[in-house]
Amino acid sequence: MASWRDEFLAGVRNELPLLLGVVPLGMIYGVVALAAGLPPAAALAMSLIVFAGSAQVISTQLFGAGAPGPVIVLTTFVVNLRHMLYSASVAPRLKALHPAWKWALAYLLTDEAYAVVITSYDQSHPPQRNHRHWFFLGAGLALWTTWQLSTGAGVLLGAQLPASWALDFTLPLTFIALVVPPLKDRAGVAAALTAGMVALAGAGLPYKLGLLIAAISGILAGLWVESRQPARAGAVQPVSADAEP
Amino acid sequence: MSSWSVIVVMGVVTYAIRLSLIVLTGRVEVPDIVQRALRFVPPAVLTAIIFPELLRPGGSPQVLLVNARLVAGAVAALIAWRTRNLILTVAFGMAALWVLQTMFMSNG
Repeated sequence: MASWRDEFLAGVRNELPLLLGVVPLGMIYGVVALAAGLPPAAALAMSLIVFAGSAQVISTQLFGAGAPGPVIVLTTFVVNLRHMLYSASVAPRLKALHPAWKWALAYLLTDEAYAVVITSYDQSHPPQRNHRHWFFLGAGLALWTTWQLSTGAGVLLGAQLPASWALDFTLPLTFIALVVPPLKDRAGVAAALTAGMVALAGAGLPYKLGLLIAAISGILAGLWVESRQPARAGAVQPVSADAEP
Repeated sequence: MSSWSVIVVMGVVTYAIRLSLIVLTGRVEVPDIVQRALRFVPPAVLTAIIFPELLRPGGSPQVLLVNARLVAGAVAALIAWRTRNLILTVAFGMAALWVLQTMFMSNG
């Protein structure tokens, strides 16, 4: 059985490829936050307090445009609403943990941490992993540390990575590497393709609403295809079968 | 509202969203349909992030074959499917993007 230290380090290791794409994003945020007129301390504090890349970048634009506080808060709410899906998705896996763990891991529940954690959780057999929450902590803290440092670098140095390196592209590439291999059944493929197409159609919508609508459409498509398939043993792996230690 | 108080409220809202169902799930019975739906959250959300990045880089639709990101993404998807290896997928995807970008730049 993997020790807590093994799990923690595995979480950090699995998060590493995503960090390459997070660094330029963090630096860009730092630069645009200052350009929007936020004091450097407030720009850094937002990374600590909010810790949500898209919402931070969008809100700095609203700050710069002099938008009223309630509008900025409401925008943040809508942009981050997709995290409620992540919260529902990881909840069964965290059910047996002490509340302090739940509160800590919820703070670290970002796009990038969720992608790595859920893929790892879904591929493993629970009995061998009594310390899985340490994996989550390792992945989350690796991302958190990188986000704070790259934000700081953006605030202090400005954007110094050449745009032609296109390092931001490593993020969608990592998501491809995480999403493609587990796609085995038709329902999963239907969920992915539907979400992708709807996201394209809705890409012009503000506040990442397109992403939220796309995710919900994909989930519904997956359920629909699954309900049309004859029940086969092993074809469906509901989350409920994933018992907690 | 000062920018500081806005930032604090933004943080509270974000944290409340992330914590919401993690805390509630132990207390309320989750319906079967919701449990089955959760299996589709990762492929749906991740693909919804990927597709616009490949097909609308920079925020506008691009013609298929001159879109270096789309071709590089297709290469990466093929590598991911065949090898199931994360590092290889990212490495080949980035290599494909750089090669295509260089070719387009020399053409243009």
